[in-house]
Amino acid sequence: MIVKSDEKYSTLGSLESELAISGLKSGSNLEKLLKAGYFVVTAELGPPRGADRTVIEKKATLLKGYADAFNITDCQTAVVRLSSITGGAILVGLGLEPIIQMTCRDRNRIAIQSDLLGAAALGIKNLLCLTGDHQKFGDHPGAKGVFDIDSLQLLQIVKGMRDEKKFQSGEEIEVEPRFFIGAAENPFADPFTYRAFRLAKKIRAGADFIQTQIIFNVDKFSAWMERVRALGLHKKVFILAGVAPIKSLLMAKYMKTHVPGMDIPDEIIKRMEKAKKGSAKTEGLNICLDVIEKVRKIEGVSGVHIMAIEWEEAIPEIAKRAGLLPRPSP
Amino acid sequence: MIVADIKPFKEIMRLVKNYRKICVIGCGTCVTVCHAGGQKQVSEVAAQLRLAAKLEKKHLEVGEETILRQCEHEFIDSLEGLVQKYDAIVSLGCGIGVQMLAERFPHTRILPGLNTKFMGAPTEPGIFWERCVGCGNCILAETGGFCPVTRCAKGLLNGPCGGSQNGLCEVSPDTPCVWQLIYEQLEAQGMLDTMEAITPPKDWSVGQGGCGPRRLVLEHLVEEEKDKHKIAEKVLTRNDCKK
Repeated sequence: MIVKSDEKYSTLGSLESELAISGLKSGSNLEKLLKAGYFVVTAELGPPRGADRTVIEKKATLLKGYADAFNITDCQTAVVRLSSITGGAILVGLGLEPIIQMTCRDRNRIAIQSDLLGAAALGIKNLLCLTGDHQKFGDHPGAKGVFDIDSLQLLQIVKGMRDEKKFQSGEEIEVEPRFFIGAAENPFADPFTYRAFRLAKKIRAGADFIQTQIIFNVDKFSAWMERVRALGLHKKVFILAGVAPIKSLLMAKYMKTHVPGMDIPDEIIKRMEKAKKGSAKTEGLNICLDVIEKVRKIEGVSGVHIMAIEWEEAIPEIAKRAGLLPRPSP
Repeated sequence: MIVADIKPFKEIMRLVKNYRKICVIGCGTCVTVCHAGGQKQVSEVAAQLRLAAKLEKKHLEVGEETILRQCEHEFIDSLEGLVQKYDAIVSLGCGIGVQMLAERFPHTRILPGLNTKFMGAPTEPGIFWERCVGCGNCILAETGGFCPVTRCAKGLLNGPCGGSQNGLCEVSPDTPCVWQLIYEQLEAQGMLDTMEAITPPKDWSVGQGGCGPRRLVLEHLVEEEKDKHKIAEKVLTRNDCKK
């Protein structure tokens, strides 16, 4: 069975939606599926801390067919890893569709635009624009953070390159990079009342799709979605709900107290505490599946983004048990 | 004001170890306010240096002096005659003071006794916060009087990142999230729509490191000065003529 958004789960409302009638911007698999009204699945694939391409090849073999596109992180948590664009190019070669992540932490506008030209030339069609985790959290805390531009300005630049064929400087681009442009949003960060407006701002800046922070607090996410719908934003952008399996009670507690912008309700901690020894991973998966089941029913959610950090093996099981398989071909 | 902090004493000792006659020179303005380089600190550093030398059984002569500002020639001029008596000077001025002394007295070693930190202000006794990075193009009118260029760890110009929680910054939890402050301020002033506008990329060329050291030229003062010289020249010429 191919999972297509039915009326109940529909993200588009009607074909009059701005999203459905707009032409293809990048021609990516992800874009085609979203515009065709499918409930999409994206998953995160972390590149290695070394020059070993086989790490990516192995993960690609493991994950092929279980998601529609795969995010390759850009030195996530400010730790040096194989570059996102390189990881993306490896995936393209293997027939998987990458979403490369690009942060503003390590590159100024010259380097970013240059790298994006290169990424497009390598056949990469999806891009997630992020400000980036602060270097303080990484393995080189003494590094100078660039932050020449922020994520909103990055969105604007990428949209300008694609739609106006212009660099940020205003100079014309002969062959423009055509990306399906993504942005992140954290419904759990403060000020809560500003978050939906910030999303609106990201859409105006150029976001075609959104991947949210990992959701554990479904009630708060629902409240945020309510505000999003009130502003009509769910008809202007595809929202992919971020989900993640928890590996252990320790991880749950760590995320609750140490990861900024993460909202883990006590109820989740209790569930992990109750899980019998040796079955923490199973319970973690169950929690993730419960979240998926709930967020799918929320109007305006167009898909899920699975972030199984250093646990990519969990993705096929999650996709299978959530009833998200087989993935459609565009 | 410029906020600075005194260098670890060991480092100051290392800097002066090859000299026998040194003078510690303080500055009576910003670094006096932040208790780093005023008259009091000059006395303390000088006393410490004397004591350390005594313990190591070394001969060290340490002089003390504080001028009102190490960043202006008219105050530095008063050091003429004093500086020449020493092998080296430990300046307890900010980085500007150290460089001004080094330019004025090229034959004497001028050593920094402070680490210059930032442009800021005391917010409560003993606590100083950075407030301005001198970006060269002030946006405080749009941000309710709180500077995100300075006070956001990522210098975000378009609202808070996903790490703003309970009014605090994810990068250092004792730091308020400046975008939370901006939001509250604009809300209270009925100006929240300001935050809906997208702020475009900033022109950093007018900021620190943009095009090398920045300078400010006040044309009217330059002209005035030139005129003075012209008048002086005329007087001289006239005098010459009289001869």
